[in-house]
Amino acid sequence: MQNNKNSSKLKMQASRIMKSKGMGSFTATLLAILLGLLFGFIVMLIASPANSFNGFLTMLTGGFGRLGDVFYFATPILMTGLSVGFAFKMGLFNIGASGQYTFGMFFALYVGMMWKLPTGIHWIACILAGMIGGMLWGFIPGLLKATMNVNEVITSIMFNYIGMYLVDMFVTNNASMYVPNLTRTGYLPTTAQLPSLGVPNSNVNVSVILAIVIAIILYIVLNKTTFGYELKATGFNKHASKYAGMNDTRNTILTMIIAGGLAGLGGAFAILAPTGITGSSMTYEPINVIAANGFNGIAVALLGSSNPVGIIFSALFVSHIQRGGTQVSSFFGYKPEIIDVVIAVIIYFSAFAMIMSSAVGRLLKKRSRKEAVKELEQTLSSEDDSLKEKTEV
Amino acid sequence: MDVIIYLIQNMLPVAIPLLLVALGGMFSERSGIVNIALEGIMLFGAFFGCLSVYFMKGLTIDPQLILLIGMVVAAVAGILYSMLLSFAAVNMKADQTISGTALNMFIPAVTLLFCKMKFNSDGITNSTKFYIQKVPVLSDIPVLGPLFFQKTYITVYIGILFLLLAIFVFYKTKFGLRLRACGEHPQAADSVGINVYRMRHSGVAISGFLGGIGGFFYSVGVMDANVNGHTGVAGFGFLALAVMIFGQWKPVQIFFAALFFAFLRTLAYSVALIPFLNSLNIDQTYYKMLPYVATMLVLIFTSRKSRAPKAEGIPYDKSKR
Repeated sequence: MQNNKNSSKLKMQASRIMKSKGMGSFTATLLAILLGLLFGFIVMLIASPANSFNGFLTMLTGGFGRLGDVFYFATPILMTGLSVGFAFKMGLFNIGASGQYTFGMFFALYVGMMWKLPTGIHWIACILAGMIGGMLWGFIPGLLKATMNVNEVITSIMFNYIGMYLVDMFVTNNASMYVPNLTRTGYLPTTAQLPSLGVPNSNVNVSVILAIVIAIILYIVLNKTTFGYELKATGFNKHASKYAGMNDTRNTILTMIIAGGLAGLGGAFAILAPTGITGSSMTYEPINVIAANGFNGIAVALLGSSNPVGIIFSALFVSHIQRGGTQVSSFFGYKPEIIDVVIAVIIYFSAFAMIMSSAVGRLLKKRSRKEAVKELEQTLSSEDDSLKEKTEV
Repeated sequence: MDVIIYLIQNMLPVAIPLLLVALGGMFSERSGIVNIALEGIMLFGAFFGCLSVYFMKGLTIDPQLILLIGMVVAAVAGILYSMLLSFAAVNMKADQTISGTALNMFIPAVTLLFCKMKFNSDGITNSTKFYIQKVPVLSDIPVLGPLFFQKTYITVYIGILFLLLAIFVFYKTKFGLRLRACGEHPQAADSVGINVYRMRHSGVAISGFLGGIGGFFYSVGVMDANVNGHTGVAGFGFLALAVMIFGQWKPVQIFFAALFFAFLRTLAYSVALIPFLNSLNIDQTYYKMLPYVATMLVLIFTSRKSRAPKAEGIPYDKSKR
């Protein structure tokens, strides 16, 4: 009997953990990821059945062989993810992370190439410039939202296009940055490059540490400061928080500035990184295409349920399967876009994964209730038996 | 005069996709669902429309008939794709912006994946010519003939037809009235026996129908019947959302808003042909940004007093009556 009681207590605790909100969103995310991967597997199965199983395994595990690169490619999307997630906390959808990212990239590139600064200070100045560029591009949609009630989704999408065209124009018109025969800018001087962490065979640099520190700071700001509290309160109920005396206008503008700065930092981290992969960094190619890392940031933020710490892990996950995706394409002939498809499917499901997981939870609960009833019946019947025995004695 | 004729001839094929997609957005939002997936729906329609054109290239049938078949394919594809949104938004009560964004991200990746596997390129390239030099008889009318019946696409006339149809359905039918009620006060609509869920499903389905056709018409009228996974529909779905807001969720105003945006875009791409603008010597890029900047300005001036459907974006919950 004693044993039974203990085990039921344990079960109670376990169910309490399972019922908690964080756990719920975690299982929901896992469910969405599972469905997304399943979809990817089906696509692979249709495209080339013979390689599908090995290809799928490579997609899942390929990143482990190149952990340094996983961290390297995770850094920019971690920053754009934080940008989108932070704005989400206030109920703002910052779909303009791409434009802010591109602007940050340009500001960092400009300071890196046009300013002569001593070693050790130069790259820090570049990072700060990138942050300011992003802040600028986040500030305007925030201001318009706060003062003119302009829908921030549409403004920031328009700002993606405007920013992309502007930066491409600035770059091509700047004779000392742009190299016409390469159709891209020259390479950044070494003083402007981020210090490498020195991990052999990888491009991982100091920015990943900075990004993780920033994520933790954001976590503290959101959970331990008045500003963070007001921000979340506004996200839950705009009218109630206004009624409680919170300055809605100021908070909206401030949130968008911070979100823009985070995305801008992402752009700076991406372009200032020293890398062995030619063309992926240290130079900008104006091709009139909106930066994909901004949109990947949306995926990362949603997967991390807008929690800064969760976003660290979701950025690593997305980067991990992207690395797997490049390996799948080079070894098995699948196209790397399959990863983008998988990520889109994951987001689609994560939009209503909470409801799905609660449905699954209800199903499990029903079953466990049935089991409990059965147990109760058993114990009752055994007690009956013992009673019978007693009476017989 | 030649310049004006040229601008209007080129403006109409650009205006029609914007008009159709914005009308689609209107049907969806007036039923209570924010449809940010219009961009994705457009590309989905364009992709399947162009694919069907590609498969019909060997046939010796009139190109205009091919276009009509492509349109039907695009419409069906658009409806099917939009059902993913209405399933998430209506049945699963999901966040409409997030599911819409997922749909927007999904189709460019699929287009690239498919085209790289099948054609080893970034998109589908067609050589079928849908261009109409002159509409018989009508093109000889002075002034109107050159403006509306020369060097154009059949899409322009179909688009106007759909506009009239949309106005009729929206204002003159029981369905239109019920749809609008669901976007303003779904609880009230439900209390008089209207099935809110079904209305919202149909609103999104109509937006899929118009969005798919709009996407195909974009690729016909703007991209010469090609589709590309990288550029997609160049933000036209989002521009259409702005057109819809500028048009205050009303069909006739949306029509004029679409013309306004299309005019700006055409102007931007024909600067070299207009002596006055060309002599100003402004960087081409500024003109390319013009439609987007104009969208911003228009939104700034209209958003203050704009009246979006009251219940849009809020999942309908029967138990919260």
